[in-house]
Amino acid sequence: MTEDLGCDGEGDAGKERVIVESEKQKKEGKLSKIVGSWEDLGGKLHVLAVDDSIVERTFLERMLRKSEYNVTTAENGIRALEYLGLIEGAEEGNNSRNDLKVNLIITDYCMPGMTGYELMKKIKEKTHLQEIPVVIMSSENIPNRIEKCLEDGAKEFMLKPIQPSDVKRLKWHVKSMLCLGR
Amino acid sequence: MDVGKLQRQWVDLTSALFREGFLDGQFTQLQQLQDENNPDFVVEVVTLFFDDSERLLNDLCNALNHQLVDFKKVDAFVHQLKGSSASIGAHRLTNVCIPFRGCCEQRNLEGCLRCFQQVKQEYSLLKNKLQGLFGLERQIVAGGGSLPMM
Repeated sequence: MTEDLGCDGEGDAGKERVIVESEKQKKEGKLSKIVGSWEDLGGKLHVLAVDDSIVERTFLERMLRKSEYNVTTAENGIRALEYLGLIEGAEEGNNSRNDLKVNLIITDYCMPGMTGYELMKKIKEKTHLQEIPVVIMSSENIPNRIEKCLEDGAKEFMLKPIQPSDVKRLKWHVKSMLCLGR
Repeated sequence: MDVGKLQRQWVDLTSALFREGFLDGQFTQLQQLQDENNPDFVVEVVTLFFDDSERLLNDLCNALNHQLVDFKKVDAFVHQLKGSSASIGAHRLTNVCIPFRGCCEQRNLEGCLRCFQQVKQEYSLLKNKLQGLFGLERQIVAGGGSLPMM
């Protein structure tokens, strides 16, 4: 019950925007916050994993690390937003924490305070974070919920418990964001 | 110490746990995530699970004993327990959470109390068996042996 939108998910408009931004930033001598090439990533993706359950978070972190991802975990939406610099007055473009560059966010849907869907919406509001693929997980198979998440920007909706094949697929969502000059 | 005998006991106990439905394929996933760099991963996660579950069972007990039971709250606790049980492959425990959530939805207190008893029972059984398994593992490793690949 998962939908892999792959490279076609955003359509040409999305790809063009990424190209224009990185060209502009190249001219300005700035490094794009959303990395411009696969090589720049050095092969290891940095995933921000958000889940309020310590058991599930521990399991997910281990799965991600075993698949060669760098992982930062957050126990809820607020912590995730803090990590991304969206709380405490951090402004777009001011955040020079390049070492904390996040390539993908995977979040549980059901969390107290802020759902994974709400977290995703908040992230998508910020221009400098819009391009980070967001994957939403849930143990509940509710078609309306899944549809809404996918329609409003989630790259994929995964049913828990997450399988190794799900984890391996994550890198393709990042690669699809880096489809430049194809 | 007969490490070979302990290893055979470990295989028998593990097979029984799967056969009787206490554990499912998700537990195998956990075992596969364990390696030389993370040699205690299974015990670590399951220990986290025990602590977390006991907290949830406590919360459930309190919530169900309230004069005015908040079924949404009870359901939220059961949802959490179901999620963490599923993630470690605790098959039977995950399954008894399902009718429990149904009773919450129907605001059926008697049903909830019955389900709560079942959950406590399944949890207790599972904890005993897993602690037995981990005890065997410690003995095997102490005796210089390694855990058989299942």
